[in-house]
Amino acid sequence: MKEGGKLSLFREWQLAVPLALAFAALFLAPLLLLVGVSFYNDEKITQPGFASWLKFYGDPFNYKVIGDTLLLGAKTVCTTVLIGYPLALVYLDLSARLQKVLLFVIVMPLLLSVVVRTFAWIVVLGREGVVNSVLMGLGVISEPLKLLQTELGLVISLTQIEMPLMLLPLISVMSRLDPNLRDASAALGASRWRTLFTVIVPLSMPGLIAGCLLVFASSTTAFISQTVIGGVRLIYLPLVIWQQSLVVYHWPLAAVASLSLVVSVLSVVAALSWAGRRSGGYVNG
Amino acid sequence: MQTAPRDKAARTLDIEDVTVRYGAALAVDGVSLSIEPGEVVALLGPSGCGKTTLLRVVAGFVRQASGRVRVDGAPIDHLPANQRNIGIVFQNYALFPHMTVAENVAYGLRARGARGPEIAAKVNRFLETVQLGGFRDRLPRQLSGGQQQRVALARALAVEPSILLLDEPFAALDRNLRLDMQIEVKRLQRTLGLTTILVTHDQDEAMSVADRIAVMNRGKVEQFDSPVAIYDSPRTLFVNGFIGSSNLLAGKVAAIDGGMATVALDAGAVLRLPAPSGLPESGGVLLSVRPEQLILSAIPGPELWRVEPGLSLPLGGQLVHEARTADGTTIKIAEPRLAAPKGLPRVYCGLSPDARPSLFPRST
Repeated sequence: MKEGGKLSLFREWQLAVPLALAFAALFLAPLLLLVGVSFYNDEKITQPGFASWLKFYGDPFNYKVIGDTLLLGAKTVCTTVLIGYPLALVYLDLSARLQKVLLFVIVMPLLLSVVVRTFAWIVVLGREGVVNSVLMGLGVISEPLKLLQTELGLVISLTQIEMPLMLLPLISVMSRLDPNLRDASAALGASRWRTLFTVIVPLSMPGLIAGCLLVFASSTTAFISQTVIGGVRLIYLPLVIWQQSLVVYHWPLAAVASLSLVVSVLSVVAALSWAGRRSGGYVNG
Repeated sequence: MQTAPRDKAARTLDIEDVTVRYGAALAVDGVSLSIEPGEVVALLGPSGCGKTTLLRVVAGFVRQASGRVRVDGAPIDHLPANQRNIGIVFQNYALFPHMTVAENVAYGLRARGARGPEIAAKVNRFLETVQLGGFRDRLPRQLSGGQQQRVALARALAVEPSILLLDEPFAALDRNLRLDMQIEVKRLQRTLGLTTILVTHDQDEAMSVADRIAVMNRGKVEQFDSPVAIYDSPRTLFVNGFIGSSNLLAGKVAAIDGGMATVALDAGAVLRLPAPSGLPESGGVLLSVRPEQLILSAIPGPELWRVEPGLSLPLGGQLVHEARTADGTTIKIAEPRLAAPKGLPRVYCGLSPDARPSLFPRST
């Protein structure tokens, strides 16, 4: 009996072997290669040393780039929360049929390529774009607003592009909440706002944190949107990596920039998921 | 049956001609109930009969299409749920899972802006009342079902509601615990003199906890009466079939005079029975009689009909006999187990002297 148990446990482990091998070959090995490459001084990768690291972190401009990248993620997280959370609350109150419609609308952007969505935003945000022609037609503004190649325009488009990543975890957690909790809170005399902030928000925290995590990781690394909407004047880490690896061909520097992006984004993600575990403990009882 | 103490805090609850529509369907169809101060009324019926919807109208979670709800004579229909001061205990208790027991109980007090010392005093008092003083810092998921229910009760009672609503509160408990909790709820309700509505599909629960029962079917109240009256004189066939078990025997009215009907049973006996008002002077009827109100005899008689005995099953203190009548109806006869005599085969069945049979017109 005991032996049989051990045997089956061993066999279950075997099921994970192909995935583990693929993971090691396609993710772990390149990552180690990247770490290795970063410890070379020259672009031909012949002289080992710390020069690339010292060069990257000796330049104050790169600190600003890292800061801007994390800030862009934070801003996108804020706007997706501010728009997505009320939308998730609306979703909960809809009939089952309307929920399906709204869910389709939410998921639809995921069915389109990021490139297509980004170019659509150029049409919307451009000098002669939808926003400017509507506002000027209404006489709200006389000069077209500059939205392309600004951080505002980038945050607006990233908000739409990343919205499904916020809404899907949020909706999945919120629709598992017992609807009686809201009624119980109301019957005890709590206003809608009190119910929202003392019952619904704390209990939906795991979904909210998962959403923030996905949006943050995705928007800080959204190379296409960042470069197409932000242009070359707004510089974020993915652009630096692209320039170093494919324009300047300085792969060790590109490796340093890549590792900086990975570490800085992962540390924010780790902090968020730590917070998520703390709040998640109450719900998954 | 009116034994609940009259407390000056107890309120009347009047439900007047309340109708609720879900789309085209009538969930509650013109229900009126007048509930006395301190009374426990059970809304009893099968699922989908509108009992929970009616409860949610009183709580303010569902808006009625027409009709009124009054507490102590004052309409509360315009008030949102959070201003009605009505306590409710849900079937799944709906405790806030991220709050401790004490925080759950304090929730309503905080929402009303009570001060810290007052909150602490009331939380202690109500946790002691439900005997959970030692559990104040636990989370709901660390409690058993019965304990969770007591927290839900303490939480609802702590705000000193004018009316208490219980939505199938015992359904999730196992049988032994259910009886204990029914006794406990009844005790608390008496002590506090709270006017209470209990929604249940369990007739035993309604019988044991409620002062009066409103039997509901398809959105309507079929009968609103004391448990004894509902059991002994069900006014409709639905109530008759839903409460307890009963035998239905087909027959015909031969004559009605002086409030007594002469009924010829298809099984082969002629009985004289009190006629309910509105019974047609001729035509088919159904005679309903409880199994314990039938007797078996070895000797034939004019008011007895012949049966073919089937199985006999001991059920607790009773012996339940199954038998077939001449017209093919299967009936059940219950008698005390020790009273069953031995000897001649008893193949004649009749009403016991204290039987309270009911007559219903048969539509054919």
